[in-house]
Amino acid sequence: MRLLAEKVCVDRGGRRIVEGVDFVLSDGQALILSGPNGAGKSTLLRAIAGLLPLAAGALTLDGESEELAAALHYVGHAEGMKPALTVRENLDFWASFLARADAAAGLAPAQALDAFGLAHVLDIPAGYLSAGQKRRIALARLLVAPRPIWLLDEPTTALDVRAQEALAAVMARHRAGGGMVLAATHSPVGLDNAAELKLGGVA
Amino acid sequence: MRGPLAALFFREFAIARRIGGGGSMGVVFMLMLVTILPFAIGPDLNLLRRIGPAILWIAALLAMLLGLDRLFQADFEDGSLDQLQLGATPLELVVFVKCLAHWATTALPLVVAAPLFGVLMAQEAASMLGIGASLLVGTPALTFIGAVGAAATVSLRRGGLLMALLVLPLCVPALIFGVSAATAASGGTIPFATPLAILAALTLASGALCPFAAGALLRRLGE
Repeated sequence: MRLLAEKVCVDRGGRRIVEGVDFVLSDGQALILSGPNGAGKSTLLRAIAGLLPLAAGALTLDGESEELAAALHYVGHAEGMKPALTVRENLDFWASFLARADAAAGLAPAQALDAFGLAHVLDIPAGYLSAGQKRRIALARLLVAPRPIWLLDEPTTALDVRAQEALAAVMARHRAGGGMVLAATHSPVGLDNAAELKLGGVA
Repeated sequence: MRGPLAALFFREFAIARRIGGGGSMGVVFMLMLVTILPFAIGPDLNLLRRIGPAILWIAALLAMLLGLDRLFQADFEDGSLDQLQLGATPLELVVFVKCLAHWATTALPLVVAAPLFGVLMAQEAASMLGIGASLLVGTPALTFIGAVGAAATVSLRRGGLLMALLVLPLCVPALIFGVSAATAASGGTIPFATPLAILAALTLASGALCPFAAGALLRRLGE
């Protein structure tokens, strides 16, 4: 599988935020998007996820018949967790909703949380958790519904050192299994041998 | 493991049940209206009997508008809307299922309660059944039409009033035929089935069209 971006441009509010971005991402590879605030990192990730329309250019997925949106995970600034439901219910729902017809089943919520050292909060309503815990639950969603491409927007925000190490281990395992990671970040996220794509400031 | 749409329905149901509000708020709103109205109008039983179906339908319409602006807003704010677009399920079906769940938690209690509240409006048994039946057939149309308004105001923090302004005119046909079906149940010149059939057509048409409009709006505004 190969994700190919050709001259991707994205507009927001009538202004061009992302201009002519090219990259290729193959099995097991990682790409770090860097650049100052407002450089368009989040915008580019949302565009790749299909949540924003492309103003120009193309995104293609080689070697797969399915759509790009069904092959990727997006972890943004908002966690997508319902405060009234327990962590298990939240993860169970996303496992059912994001499951792909042909793919293997993902980890059970308990195992996915264990990877981030959070197994003890399984039956607590998500609304009672701290920002870092919520972030780790959003990351656990990556494991309950396996998808090959991970788009991570500032994944280490609010994470403590041990959780950052856990995330690095999870990403390394994902890449060893042929997965791809695209991360927008300011701080090192523990991706070895990752290519870097520098986005400029707004012109 | 459940299918994606069944999972979505049960999630919406569980959230509505835990947070509360929705259903009970609508029923209490309707109860307030029908208890206070006879005091304002006076002890004229014939008048109450004549306007009862209309009052109950208006109460149901307004009660449904109360919580409808939150239909997609909570998902928009907590990032769920992004994730819902990444599933293999089309957003239109997601909207349809969310409407069904919202109807089951908000409108169904009204459908059950309205005939009982008919007692306060001096309604006869036949008329109470007519009110219940017309609300059962007609309220899904209100939910589907309301979903378009809720999608149009999804990114506005206090969009409730704007949503009501957008949606109310579109709900007028359902209101007209709903009230005439409810009135026809207790006699009159029109057979009960005629307005009820038109009401059913309104529900089916809005169920078929509104999810597409709401889905398109959510894609555009949910950015």
